[in-house]
Formats: sequence, C-alpha cells, structure tokens
Amino acid sequence: MPETVTLEVTRYSPETDAEPSLQSFEVPLRKDWVILDALNHIKDKVDGSLTYRWSCRMGICGSCGMMVNGEPKLTCATFLNAYPKNKPIRVEPLRYFPVVRDLVVEMSDFMAKLKQAMPWLVRKQEKPLSEGEFLQSPDELDKFKQFSMCINCTLCYAACPVYGLDPVFIGPAALALAQRYNLDSRDQGAEERMAVLAHPEGIWGCTFVGECTRVCPKHVDPAGAIQQYKLVAALDWFKSFVMPRGAK
Amino acid sequence: MSGAPKTVPAYTEYHPRWYRKRVSTYWWMGNWKYLKFILRELSSIAVALSVALVLLEINALCHGPAAYARLQGHLASIPLLVISTIVLVFVIFHTITWFNLAPSAMAVRVGGKRVPGIMIAAPNYAAWIAVSAFIAWFLLRS
Repeated sequence: MPETVTLEVTRYSPETDAEPSLQSFEVPLRKDWVILDALNHIKDKVDGSLTYRWSCRMGICGSCGMMVNGEPKLTCATFLNAYPKNKPIRVEPLRYFPVVRDLVVEMSDFMAKLKQAMPWLVRKQEKPLSEGEFLQSPDELDKFKQFSMCINCTLCYAACPVYGLDPVFIGPAALALAQRYNLDSRDQGAEERMAVLAHPEGIWGCTFVGECTRVCPKHVDPAGAIQQYKLVAALDWFKSFVMPRGAK
Repeated sequence: MSGAPKTVPAYTEYHPRWYRKRVSTYWWMGNWKYLKFILRELSSIAVALSVALVLLEINALCHGPAAYARLQGHLASIPLLVISTIVLVFVIFHTITWFNLAPSAMAVRVGGKRVPGIMIAAPNYAAWIAVSAFIAWFLLRS
C-alpha cells in the first residue's frame, strides 16, 4: 500500500457557491512530488473539474502560486515531503486576490499596477540603430540584476498585509520592478516613475513588513527595493526643498 | 498607461461576482512574523515615551537638584518602574529590529560591489554598544 497524504483544496464555483469551501483528496506521497504534481494527479485521476493555473513546472513562469498551509508558495517548487505526513496539507488560492474559481485568482489589478510602474526602458530620445546597442558594464548590471529576477508570481502580494488592507497600494513586485529600471544605466525614466510612485499608495504605502522579501522564490527583495526607493525619493524632495531651481 | 494610482482596484469596478475575502482586523494574530511587525510598530510609542522621559529629566535638571530629586522619587514608584521596564524592553526590541532591517534599506556600494549586510548592521550595533558603555561608565564611575 503506497503512502498517501491528504490535500485540503479550496473549491469555489461562482455559479453555485456563495463562498469557497475545502475538499479533501488523498494523493500518493512520492518523495519527488511537488504540490503541483499532487494537484495534477487529482485533476487527471480524481476530479477533472479542479481548476488551477500552471505552466512551466520549473519556477520560471510564476503561474502556480498558491497558499500552502497559509504561506504563499510556488507549488511547482514545494515538495509534499516538506510537510508532516500525518497532517493534511491545505492548498488555497493566493490571499488578498479575488477568486475566480477554485485556486484561480484574478490578477488584472496587479497587471494595471505593473503598468503604472513603467517596467520598461524609458528613453528621452531614442538613439538611431546605426549607433549600435547600449553598452553596460558588469558593475552596472549588478546594480539592478537582483530586482530583474522577478517572475510576476505575486506571492509577495499575498504576503503583504498592506495590500490586503489597502488594495489600492501598488504593491511589492511593481515597485521592485520600477526600482529595477531606475537603477538601469540605459534608462532615463526615473523622474517619470517618481511622479507616479512617490505617493501614499506607492512607495510611501509600504510599512516594511518585510514578508514580501521572505516569500519571494527568486530572492528579489522587494522590501529592500522599496526602502531604497524611499531614500531616493526623500533625497529628491530634500534637494528640491533646498535647491528649488537647481535640483533637477 | 501610467498616471496617478486609481482610488479603486481595477477588479472591483467590473467584476462584482468574484469572491473576495474580507481581511480580518486580527490578521496579525496567529503568525509570529506579522505579530513581530505589529510589535515593532507599537514599539515606536515606547521610543516616544523614552524621549519624553529624557526631556522631563533635562527639564528637572534645569530647575535644580530639588526638582530632579522629586522627579527621581516619582520614577522610583512601583507603577512607573513597571512602565519603565516595559518601555526599556520595547526600545531594545525596536533598536534590534531596525538595525537588522538597515542592510535591506541601505544599498551601499564600494568599488562597484554592494557592501554585505553584516557590514551595515555591525557598525550600528558597535555604535550602540559604545554609547551605552560610555553612559554606563559615566553614571557608575563613582
């Protein structure tokens, strides 16, 4: 008899349910299985109506983020045997996001906020192609590389109580990505981003809980990015205060 | 496109049927990491109280030895000793948590490389210990 483990999985159908409920499934406990393998087993063998997102299965696409025993996790990188065998493992949709069905959350709010952060290279004037590529030294790359590892999995949003309590807060990933481009030597959009993000619902909304950094599967450190951004914004304000004409 | 943040999250405007769970007032209970954050925020009150106490002591000193002795007498009462002890614990907690967070907020680069976090936190602790040791020596030297 193979060993099994119980998965308590959130089920929610907007057509029939007033609110989500938990359904238990027994799945084989295999040492090389992650939570996502167990969900795929349920969908293939037990209940094909179970709805969840996944794609790459290797921690790159950021689709399979869910709450596992109350912690935001990429389910493709969370092994079943990391949890006690004799207790059910609870799998829920990412916290603070509206639930569409079962384990699928609605992310258009995050997408809109991401756009506000302008996570692309902003140039005041594009140079002609004939001048070649933008060159960058390893040290210049090193300044922003950590923040560029974000895969938009939104685990940091599910860990951020500020976002839960104040859904208009732009949130950790979008702000970290803004800082990623601010620190890029090829970018010239820092002032434009500052106008949008140095705001009570932007960087100043962050109270430095620090959980976003702890749960980030790519070690991006959004909390650090936001605090560093705050320092830049404060210095920017100070400069404009003492040198109103010469700060820019 | 970019612009000032909207005052209503995008999903609320168009999709009222999706399930949204209300965040409990007690979201910070039952999870040590969130509780620690709340305690850290509350510890700011203790820091403010300790600053107020120092200001009171300076004020009493300015009014002469009798005023200072009177204040010391008040502070030696049991309720104020209990409050002072709680304030001291919270101030130490505040200091440690902020020194530990400092490396995250300060990205100091030397020679193109980021200085390790320990090199940011350690001088803070060293300065704290040095100042505390000096104050202890100054008060206890007799």
